[in-house]
Amino acid sequence: MEFTVERDVLSEAVSWAARSLSPRPPAPVLAGLHITAADQTVTISSFDHEISAQLHIEADVKQEGTILVSGRLLNDIVKSLPNAPVTVHLQDSRVQLTCRSSKFTLSTMPVDEYPELPGMPELAGTVDGAAFARAVSQVITAASKDDTLPILTGVKVEIEGDTITFLATDRYRLAMREINWSPVTPDISTSVLIKAKTLNDVAKSLAGAGSLQIALSESAELVGFSSGGRRTTSVLVDGDYPKIRQLFPEETPIHAVVGTAEFIEAARRVSLVSERNGHVRLQFTQDNEVILDAGVDDAASASEVIPATLTGEAITVGFNPAYLNEGLNVIDTDFLRFSFVSAPKPAMITGQAEAEGEKSIDFRYLLMPVRLINS
Amino acid sequence: MAPSPPADSRVLAHVDMDAYYVEVELLTQPELRGRKIIVAQDSGRSVVLSASYEARADGVRSAMPLARARQMSPDAVVVSPHMEVYRELSRRIMAYFDTITDAVEQLSVDEAFLDLTGSLRRLGGPAEIGQKIRREIREEFDLPATVGIADRKFIAKIASTRAKPDGLLLVPPHRRLEFLHSLPVTAMWGVGGKTAESLKAFGITTVLQLAETPEPALRRRFGVTGTALHRLAWGEDARDVQPHRIEKSIGAEETFAVDVDDEAVLRAELLRLSHRVAARLRESGVSAEGISLKLRYSDFETLTRSSTLSHPTHSALAIYSRLLALLERLGERPQPVRLIGVRAERLVDEGGSLQLSFDRTETNWLDAESALDAIAKKFPQVQTAPASLLRARKEEP
Repeated sequence: MEFTVERDVLSEAVSWAARSLSPRPPAPVLAGLHITAADQTVTISSFDHEISAQLHIEADVKQEGTILVSGRLLNDIVKSLPNAPVTVHLQDSRVQLTCRSSKFTLSTMPVDEYPELPGMPELAGTVDGAAFARAVSQVITAASKDDTLPILTGVKVEIEGDTITFLATDRYRLAMREINWSPVTPDISTSVLIKAKTLNDVAKSLAGAGSLQIALSESAELVGFSSGGRRTTSVLVDGDYPKIRQLFPEETPIHAVVGTAEFIEAARRVSLVSERNGHVRLQFTQDNEVILDAGVDDAASASEVIPATLTGEAITVGFNPAYLNEGLNVIDTDFLRFSFVSAPKPAMITGQAEAEGEKSIDFRYLLMPVRLINS
Repeated sequence: MAPSPPADSRVLAHVDMDAYYVEVELLTQPELRGRKIIVAQDSGRSVVLSASYEARADGVRSAMPLARARQMSPDAVVVSPHMEVYRELSRRIMAYFDTITDAVEQLSVDEAFLDLTGSLRRLGGPAEIGQKIRREIREEFDLPATVGIADRKFIAKIASTRAKPDGLLLVPPHRRLEFLHSLPVTAMWGVGGKTAESLKAFGITTVLQLAETPEPALRRRFGVTGTALHRLAWGEDARDVQPHRIEKSIGAEETFAVDVDDEAVLRAELLRLSHRVAARLRESGVSAEGISLKLRYSDFETLTRSSTLSHPTHSALAIYSRLLALLERLGERPQPVRLIGVRAERLVDEGGSLQLSFDRTETNWLDAESALDAIAKKFPQVQTAPASLLRARKEEP
């Protein structure tokens, strides 16, 4: 096998494929990148039994063939080469990389021991990559990081016709985001559970620009994503996701609208004095103000007052500062609205374009309060 | 738990290792003893980390630029520091302090406050314990230490400074003021160069003068610092011994009469231990950020598995469900279990609030557990336990 390709092209391709290599490969060959050269095209693949990644790049192929080399080492080498054409050449059982005056020789692993990559499932539809990436970044903050509850480390992706809904919760907050897409079958109705980490990787490495194809297998064991000659597949998380949509309150008699930037700044400042397991208290008053305070009886305390347009009765609630701030940070409108049923019930945070306007429900963040003790 | 004795009868020790870095270096280079020694990185701009008393006689002090120290003490030997070694030894010294008393407040790598009040009955009088600490540090680590003992933290600290090196100074409560009022104001802990200068400008150079200056005058001149200084000059110290951690972890374990293979029996035991640990957490007003499971097999092979919680907890249910996950993750057990243990780690104070969950059982259980605490408090003779444990007990042979 022998091919030549520009360093930048190779480096970008190798580093993309190497991203999905497992740090603890289940088998030695799975630490490798599988590289095939044929028809002026080089195909690079990685696989760890859960996630596969594959891409094609154009190259000047002199001799067709397939090799399996250590992904990490290849990635490190290619990154450090000078910016010039790189020739990859298999000689006996060793690979030679030549770039200007640099020459590397790498041992290879047996190609025939490499498992076959799962096939790409059937195309289900297409979505705008940037919208997908944004939606994922908004919901994954609420997914659980606790792997003793594997189901909650997943993001529930519900597909109904031309709407995709992403849902994630760790039992303390819930994030939900709806986006539009173009399904192949207009009346599609299905749902899958995808690891938050996988979804985040897809959002970051595939959904940057252009459109993203989503593929679903009939048996719903596998999800595939592809864009611009790159594809990745992932096994789905197994198990019944709790019915969490019904946690959103039907009616919220109390709501308050604040300026997003101003509120985020204030909340962040006040949170500085809160302990890790402490809280930030919000008092929405009839005077159309919200008093934020924290660290009431601790060594340090803080408070801040900013305007808030209140509808309904005055209300005082406490939130875990990290959960509050993580929810606020993914609101991208100028104003945000807190909707309440009552203090001990979950509060809903949504964005809206104008102070007097209607709330936008594309993104909803439902946050369980803390129970305030001795206050 | 016994009620804390009144603050006035406390016995507090300040233990300070003498020229710690130098002494540790002497352990491996004994031929240098008696020489002027400076511990510092031997490079142009470094500072003195520690100096032997011989070098200190030339005026060399910690934090002084090495270049300057060299001018003052040209014949001193400069030894490169071994921070790793200092830290490791320090860890062992602190662990030794834990055998003297539960209440150890580590101030730095080489000094700590020890509240000896609770150790008096077990270990003897204050001076006796002080000598014992010095002797045992000498025997165990081959290092000299100085101990200051008083009923006030800052006086114990001053006492050890006055007794250095390799000494012991006990300031009994009735001599407290006499001792304090014999000192220059610079001897007081917390009075640095700046404060001493402003005090001097105010005409105060001794603690006695400070004590005799009316408090309002000091307050007008120095603000809250003035008030604090005046209180200190009369031996009033608001700074109580605050062990950084009263308890590092709370654990419970059970050695079975007969080694156990049955999953159900292990689970039941874990549930019982979880309730025991959780009740102690709640009693101490703390929550755990980490939970660990300990198993000892028939052949005495012991393994421990730990896990971090998303929220600090004092709920038996939360602890129990985490333990089940840890047990499950261990997979098949190669042998019957001889001992099973639970430990709540990384304890934090309760933050005055409780994170509620969409999953109501979480909060409901915690409320139920608080009710158990209340019952146990009111009716100490009544034993409460989860119903599943009653069943499990009946099944036991």
